[in-house]
Amino acid sequence: MKIRCTINGEQRDLSAAPDRRVVDLLREDLGLCGTKESCGSGECGSCTILVNGESRLSCLMIAAQLEGAEILTIEGFAPDHLHPIQEAFIRHGAIQCGFCTPGMVLAAADLLSRNPSPDRDEIRQGLSGNLCRCTGYQKIVDAVASLSGKQEEPDE
Amino acid sequence: MSEVFLPATLAGLFPIMEQNPDAVLLAGGTDLLVRIRASGTRPQAIIGLERIVSLREISMNDGTIRIGAMATHQHLLDSGIIKSCIPVLHQAVSALGSPQIRHMGTIGGNICTASPAGDTLPPLYLLDACLELTSKAGIRTIPISGFIAGPGLNTLQKNEILSAVLIPARVHGTGYYRKVGQRRSLAIAVISMAALVMTDPDGIITGFRFAFGSVGPTVMRFPDLESELVGKRFADEALSEAGKEAARRIMPITDIRASAEYRRMVAETLLLSIREELP
Repeated sequence: MKIRCTINGEQRDLSAAPDRRVVDLLREDLGLCGTKESCGSGECGSCTILVNGESRLSCLMIAAQLEGAEILTIEGFAPDHLHPIQEAFIRHGAIQCGFCTPGMVLAAADLLSRNPSPDRDEIRQGLSGNLCRCTGYQKIVDAVASLSGKQEEPDE
Repeated sequence: MSEVFLPATLAGLFPIMEQNPDAVLLAGGTDLLVRIRASGTRPQAIIGLERIVSLREISMNDGTIRIGAMATHQHLLDSGIIKSCIPVLHQAVSALGSPQIRHMGTIGGNICTASPAGDTLPPLYLLDACLELTSKAGIRTIPISGFIAGPGLNTLQKNEILSAVLIPARVHGTGYYRKVGQRRSLAIAVISMAALVMTDPDGIITGFRFAFGSVGPTVMRFPDLESELVGKRFADEALSEAGKEAARRIMPITDIRASAEYRRMVAETLLLSIREELP
């Protein structure tokens, strides 16, 4: 089927099977491999994208659902420079293998757009749909906390 | 390949359902699409309800709170009506899944999936929720306890959808939702409990309802234990007694998440745990 949608600010006319998983469409058909997949069942958040500004799991969406939607993947998040969230991740060492990072960054963007001043508890809740197997989360929480309007002492 | 339909109106929906009798309904996809992928087969067609705007509204009229079945969990969290009138449901939805899941999953999907662990179910039972079921022929309403028939089983008829959840807007008491999972977030409940408590100024219970999830084929309630609590002091002794008896009566199974014995042990303490929030 034909699908018209906006991906990373650009209007696209896509051709795909209506039940193609969005993560496959992005990675395999469009070459947008910044979106990762690990669990394929909604538990890990690696495949997080923003759909009409809201974080969603591209492994649990099918192509037909994109009709008319505005999609943002990590590639389009800050195309010409690093976004402050990405800079904060680097500054705080919130990246090791990097596999969870695109999803983490977009989940953080969703959180900060809803709540510009999250405390550490709210940050943990906001990122609770994203697994990281390297960092132990502390540095990721530090990175997001550094962008929060509510500045606090880091916990232990 | 499955055909996919995303009708924009109810009038457009029913002919599609009639023409595609083997279609599955998509109401968020956080369970359905996982199941389809695990099954290795594709349904003949998928009919998504997400574009039918009238199915998303949350409103309060004539003493009834009406939640459109396609309201996402995030819509519920953002709704002033849910937060102020039925906070027990708000608490349960906050504990459901992750932000991403809450942006996608819907209350109607959670109900129709009929998982014994469904987070919205114990509060909905306590709130006397009725379900509005719509087909081309018209609308019928039934209590949620008559709709959910067992694990993964509901009594939705062919060519019928769950269109709304109806909850009486009355004083329901102080709400509590407790969920014990294998981790703090994004957990499927090992056991869950909702409670609604009313007390008089002297701390005597005037109304008490509680319901467990994940410890039986569907939500479990014990009306006789609830009424026995009325007239007693809202204190550890009465709750402990009721908790012990409830733990004896639940029907937990041992599965990948926990043993039946563990579920009984936790059930006994969950009722007691609501006292922690008292001043």
